[in-house]
Amino acid sequence: MYDVIASLASGLLVGAIYGLAAIGLTLIFGVMKVINLTHGAMIALGMFALYFLVSVAGFNPYLSLLPILAGGFVVGVMVYWIAVNRVIGSSDLMSLLATFAVNMILIGAGTALWTTSPYNVNFSLPGISWHGYTIPGTQILAAILAIIIAAALYGFLYHTRTGKAVRAVASNRQAAELMGIPTRRILAIAFGLGIAVASASGALIATLFPFTILSGGSYELKSFVVTVLGGLGNPAGALLGGILLGLIEGGVAPFVDVSWTPVIEFTLFVLILLAFPSGLFRIGKGR
Amino acid sequence: MNEILKVSGVGKRFGGVRAVHQVSFHIGEGEIYGLIGPNGAGKTTLFNLINGVIRPDEGRVEFRGQDITGMQPYRVVRLGLSRTHQIVKPLNDMTVLENVTVGACFGASNLSLKAAHSVAYDVLKLVDLNDRSEHLAGELNIAGKKRLEIARAVAAQPGLLLLDETLAGLNPTEVGRMIEVIRRLRDERGIAILMIEHLMQAIMGLSDRVMVLNFGEMLAEGSPEEIANDEVVIEAYLGDPDLTHKILEMST
Amino acid sequence: MYKRPFFWIVLAVTAIFALVPGISGDVSLRESLLLGAVYIVLASNLNLMIGYTGYVNFGNIAFFGLGGYLGMYMVTVLHWPLWLASLIAGACVSLLALLLGLGILRLRGAYFALATIGIVEAVKALVANLPAFGGASGMYLSFSSFAPLGGPRHALWIVYFAIVALMGVSLLLSLAIKNSKFGLGLFAIREDEDAAIVLGVRAPWYKSAIYAISAFIPAMVGTLYFFKNGVILPDQAFDLTLSIEAIVMLMLGGQGTVFGAAFGAFVYEQFRGFLLVSPTFSQFQLVVAGVLLLAIVLFLPGGFTGWLYRRLPKLRKVLE
Repeated sequence: MYDVIASLASGLLVGAIYGLAAIGLTLIFGVMKVINLTHGAMIALGMFALYFLVSVAGFNPYLSLLPILAGGFVVGVMVYWIAVNRVIGSSDLMSLLATFAVNMILIGAGTALWTTSPYNVNFSLPGISWHGYTIPGTQILAAILAIIIAAALYGFLYHTRTGKAVRAVASNRQAAELMGIPTRRILAIAFGLGIAVASASGALIATLFPFTILSGGSYELKSFVVTVLGGLGNPAGALLGGILLGLIEGGVAPFVDVSWTPVIEFTLFVLILLAFPSGLFRIGKGR
Repeated sequence: MNEILKVSGVGKRFGGVRAVHQVSFHIGEGEIYGLIGPNGAGKTTLFNLINGVIRPDEGRVEFRGQDITGMQPYRVVRLGLSRTHQIVKPLNDMTVLENVTVGACFGASNLSLKAAHSVAYDVLKLVDLNDRSEHLAGELNIAGKKRLEIARAVAAQPGLLLLDETLAGLNPTEVGRMIEVIRRLRDERGIAILMIEHLMQAIMGLSDRVMVLNFGEMLAEGSPEEIANDEVVIEAYLGDPDLTHKILEMST
Repeated sequence: MYKRPFFWIVLAVTAIFALVPGISGDVSLRESLLLGAVYIVLASNLNLMIGYTGYVNFGNIAFFGLGGYLGMYMVTVLHWPLWLASLIAGACVSLLALLLGLGILRLRGAYFALATIGIVEAVKALVANLPAFGGASGMYLSFSSFAPLGGPRHALWIVYFAIVALMGVSLLLSLAIKNSKFGLGLFAIREDEDAAIVLGVRAPWYKSAIYAISAFIPAMVGTLYFFKNGVILPDQAFDLTLSIEAIVMLMLGGQGTVFGAAFGAFVYEQFRGFLLVSPTFSQFQLVVAGVLLLAIVLFLPGGFTGWLYRRLPKLRKVLE
């Protein structure tokens, strides 16, 4: 009984990070209608970035989030200009393939450089103990930071000029262009933000669990599940969806072997899409 | 005259907005029926409700006596009801001939590819696109695309054709040609036509009867002359009564 | 069909694939061409989904892998003859695809693609957890399984000819569909699904049908391929990389044409073979494939065939 509750609590906390990751995916889709298939690779890069900053260079893991966010933004903007910009007007197929191609390049390079061995960032924080079960302090802090980053993003989108421009482009790109907003640059910024958030979530996950270059893939699947839970293009929904997914995982974990996770998540994914094509949560304006 | 289309009390809400409310009318075989009204009046939504793209919340749609309310569009076409779109939807990477062949193949008669090709050629001649049959649809200019849109719908061999603003964006010569095509569709092929148009000279000149839609509701229905003289219509939509009469005179 | 020049080209190529190694007895050539034939089957069936219908099936390898597993099960556990196992595997996977399609084909564009990515991972996890399929350690063939085919050496040749024959069938099937009413409907769906529906194309049925069709031959080839290998493991059978490479092959050759799929598959297979042997590049297989895909998407979306058609328009009618 207590194990289930502890599992749920853990799930809730980790779910906040899932939510943050999914925000990255849903932001990009909301602004430019592109499904970013580099998402998983970027999460993985965030994980490795944290590893190198902490275990090799010795920085504080949580302060490392700042350069990782900045670095992720820069990488995102670069990827946008190199791979995505040209296919913005084309069919869905082309943008899918373009981002997927970048994903292949990143994963391929990552595998060549770091192999598929697990890496681990070794540190821990005192946690909360309860009836014999411990919630690690790292999970609590990671969840808090995930929410802070999400809140910061929200603040940016709703309380800065550039943020408003991003929302304008998301709402109606042609109209935004007619009003003088440099849409291409805004798209690049939006893409950069999506990647920044994805890599930050990867870094946070790295503070909790060991990882390999291929771990990004399973978190990418989770992000897809979360975005359809929350509705593609809906950041607030993504956060809630993430927490919901975390709770589901937490609730199921004591009873089912972890290798069944992809099957469960995939089934969930398809079922939700079939039942609710616009997502479960329609907070604010749905799409 | 036999009734080909009967719409009874049809309505649709989108969230809090009543896009179409209690619309009822009927069209006879071979009749040209005009649908006018300000932008946002619900005209295209009404089309979508008739051919099954959207399911009505209330009311019935009957085609040749058969209830087709909410029926899938691909079944509606088989029964003999075709439509064009306000924003044309050419199948861009396919040739003009292939586009029209699709219309012929999957339309009212279950034609083989070969039979469909000859129907397609025939229709392309009607809209004057037969010299461009091997061009890719995406390469045509807007007038060409509009003609292609009509050709595709006609190739399905419909009894009733729904035309959604086929004249918008065309220059006067093209408009004149298109009006001729529409007239021939009814005169030579007996196709009934329900057309949405903003161009007064076209609608008033072509239509046997006209319906005015405003805020999703029927404002008036009658002959072009009756509509032109209707005070409520003039106030809501037409504007200057004298000008309307002049246009009416010019087009008959 | 017989009037189409490409029909004869397909027959000729199939004959070459069969006769050249067959007559010379060159085993390494046979192995190289076998892989090429497998890739051609994968790419040309994937073409039915991507090139004809416009639905990106990232999970195309699932059909191949499932066919391999089902076939292996039928041969090793049920002791059925290989030809029967292959056919039944094809039918079963096709049926499964039909059922699966009922669910996921309602999803449009990107959603569908995402669902298919999940399929491979989910099926792999499912198979790896089933004891009947040997779990994570897979299944393997004992030598006795080769006996009905006249012993291992003979069996390998038979399997080779069978795969080449299936390659020919695949290509001819693609050709037939391309020039049929069914194909016309698929192309219409690809261009604009909503417009196609309004024009009378029964999109849901067409999509389900082509999805199921595109599963059949890859599943059959899967049975034969893993039988030849003598062993099947989850990671090999559901190799997501190969699934992706099938897409690269298709885009490289030019999606939407039968020639494009076959040409892209063959060229890529040769190129990949070269990469894997070269010490510098073998590590970077995925990177190279990714760069290639990106380059094609950005600069030459019609692939080689698109480029060829622009240079020599007369070839449109010949190299379909």
